[in-house]
Parts: sequence; C-alpha cells; structure tokens
Amino acid sequence: MTIPVCDIAELGGAPASGARVRAVALARRVAPLLLAATGWLAVYRLNGPLWDAVVYKLAGLDPSSRLGSGLHFFCYDTVKIALLLTGIIFVVTVLRSYVTLERTRALLGGRREGVGNVAAAGLGVVTPFCSCSAVPAFIGFVAAGVPIGVTLSFLIASPLVNEVAIVLLYGLFGFKIAALYVTSGLLIAIVAGFALGRLHVERWVEPFVFQTTLHGRQVAPGQPLSWSDRMALGREEVKTILRKIWPYLLVGIGLGALIHGWAPEDFFARWAGPDNPLAPLVAVGVGVPLYSNAAGVLPLVQALQAKGLAMGTVLAFMMSTVALSLPEMILLRRVLRPKLLAAFVGVVAVAILATGYLFNLIL
Amino acid sequence: MQIKILGSGCANCAALEQRTREALADLHLTADISKVTDYGEIAGYGVMRTPALVVDEQVLLAGRVPDRATVTGLLTAAAPRAS
Repeated sequence: MTIPVCDIAELGGAPASGARVRAVALARRVAPLLLAATGWLAVYRLNGPLWDAVVYKLAGLDPSSRLGSGLHFFCYDTVKIALLLTGIIFVVTVLRSYVTLERTRALLGGRREGVGNVAAAGLGVVTPFCSCSAVPAFIGFVAAGVPIGVTLSFLIASPLVNEVAIVLLYGLFGFKIAALYVTSGLLIAIVAGFALGRLHVERWVEPFVFQTTLHGRQVAPGQPLSWSDRMALGREEVKTILRKIWPYLLVGIGLGALIHGWAPEDFFARWAGPDNPLAPLVAVGVGVPLYSNAAGVLPLVQALQAKGLAMGTVLAFMMSTVALSLPEMILLRRVLRPKLLAAFVGVVAVAILATGYLFNLIL
Repeated sequence: MQIKILGSGCANCAALEQRTREALADLHLTADISKVTDYGEIAGYGVMRTPALVVDEQVLLAGRVPDRATVTGLLTAAAPRAS
C-alpha cells in the first residue's frame, strides 16, 4: 500500500473529504477483522461435519464404537479448542492493551476496603498481567497506598478468572457454566482479599515493600500503542500461548478422548458424583499443588464430567489448578512472609472448596 | 549510555536483552548493559510490569517485549543525551 489516505483526500479537495478520510481509515481497520471473524465462524461451524465425514464415512468407523467416538472426540475437540483459544486470546489481548497497570493502580489508590476489593477483582480480570509481574505489581500497588487486602483481591482474580478457562468452559459446557465460573471467581477474589485484609497482614509483608520509594518522576508507561501495534500484540500473544500450551492441550484432549471412548458411562457417578462430600476436597487437594493451564485440564475434565463426575468438583479442580501455581508462590515469597503466603493459599483454597460444594448442591 | 534491563529472568527479559543488543549493533553504539533482578530496585523505578528498559536512569518502556524497530527507535532518541 503506497498511497496514504490523506493524499487521496487532497486529490479530492472537497470539504467533506475529512469525513471520508476517517471512514476509509475505519474501514481499513474493520475490514480485515470482519473477514477474519467470518472465516473463523465458517471453520468453527464446519468442524463437526468435517470430522463426521472423515472419521465415520471416509475411515468407516462406527460412531458408537470406542475407537470411532474416541478418535472423533480427539480431532473435533482439538480443532474446536484451538479455534476458541485463537479467537479469545486475540480479542482479549487487544482489549487489554487499552488497560494499563498504572491506570488500575490509580483507580484503586484511594479506595477503602470492601468497594476496593470489588473494584480490584474486576480490574484483576481485565488488566493484562502475567505471574512474573506479580511481585513488582504488588510492590507498586502497596507503595502507592492501595490497601493490602485490595491488592490481594487483584492478585487472586487475575490468574483465577482466566480468559482461556472462560472460553473453554463455554465451548465445553455452555454459557451458564462459564458465567458461573466468572461470577464465583470474582466472589472468591473479593471475599478472600477482604478477609486477608481484615487480618491486618501488613506485619507479614516483607518490610522492604513499605520502604520502597518511587523515584521523583512519575513513570510514563511507555509510548502509546498504535492500532497495528495492538493487532501485532494480539497475534504475538496467540502464537506465544499456543506454543506454550499445545503439548498440554494434546495430552489433555488425548486423555479425554480415551476416557470418552473407553470408560463406561457413569464411571465416576458411583464415587465422585454430586453426593460424595469427599470429592471436592480431593479435587482441591490435588489441584492446588498442580500447576497446569486451563487448556490442559479442561478437555480431560469434560470427559470425566460426561462419565459422572460432579460439575462442582470439576470447577473446584480447575479453579484450584489455575488460581494457585507453585511458580507464582515462589515469586510471591519475596514479598510475602511464609505466614501470609500460607494464609493466602489457605483462604483461596477454602473459598474454592466452598464453591465446589455449593455447585455440587445447586447444579 | 547506561542500559538496564529490569526483570527477574523469565523468557521475556532475556528476549528484551537480546533485542537491545541487536539494536545497539544496528546503531553501532556501545553501552553498558546490566540486568536488574532485585524487586526492590525494580519497584524503585516505578515499574510494575517486567521486562522494562531503562536508559541512563530513564524508564523508556515497560511491560512488553517490543520489536527490534521500536528498541532501535528508543535508543536512537536516547543516544544524543549520552555524554
């Protein structure tokens, strides 16, 4: 593309060209996105029929056979999840590029607890944030005067309400479950952060955090991002995340396919159904030390759920896996003393457990 | 020109350092590059998202790994200020 839009306007010369310039610029941004969205939707819809044709007609496998249904599950789910991930990661990354930690901190700075916890949890979900930034973010927030409980609400919500998990839950279990996940994740972050704040845990924070003085100048977060910067960020993030998780994804879907095809129906209903009070406990007990991303856990868990594992137990397991990760705990140890770290893990785990029991009752 | 890469050593910080070295080579500039991994020091710059690029005690960029062109642009703008 060689002719800049403004030159076209100059050639036109008419006073209305200003509006035309803006319209053309907008179209240039929107058109490729619309095209991509249409293509995405087409592939998404064709995915099912495609594998029906390939596995059942071409390969001649019987849908009710173990190999047939297992293989179909594997192929169909792999494509479906890859599509969902690509779509959501791209959209979320672009939207998040408009939110900065600095603005979030400014929004949370003056708030009291209670209201602050709610705001922090909400912002934790939408602010771009990776676990390696947990410590600088914690210090930055606290040094700026955000109450510890509010900061912790932010730190809990961010990994717990994870867009990959939302999308996968929606794709595998439907809108209602995905919405329940988001709501309960936010509530857990709010309540846990508030509870920890009430415990006056300042004494369990490493002292240097409070001694950190920000240098005189207020830090500019960097150059403002252009539209193509944001598009590039989105593409980069999709590539990075897919590259990181594809092995987990394939293993998760593979295991799920095995269970789907080979485990008898109601396999889990006997000892891990909704009436078993131990199931959520085991789920959280296993999930907390486990570090996985949602993409690996969910396809496996969907197959388990189809065989009778209770939905509340499923959600409790998934949440405890993603909310608390060993690498993040190791990092947070630099700013949180062992007592606070233990309290942090304990409060979040209990909150997730409670959610698991609740959902087993109501779903 | 004194360059500091702020970050605790994850892949992104290494990538930023790599891009910075490449940009310096492109511009035929020399500079001291040091890595800051202590969180107290990182937070002292007001940085909340790593990795971050600090040149002559000024934070030029934080929170993402920019492409080579962006780093080159930032260094070019910063270079004339070097004594």
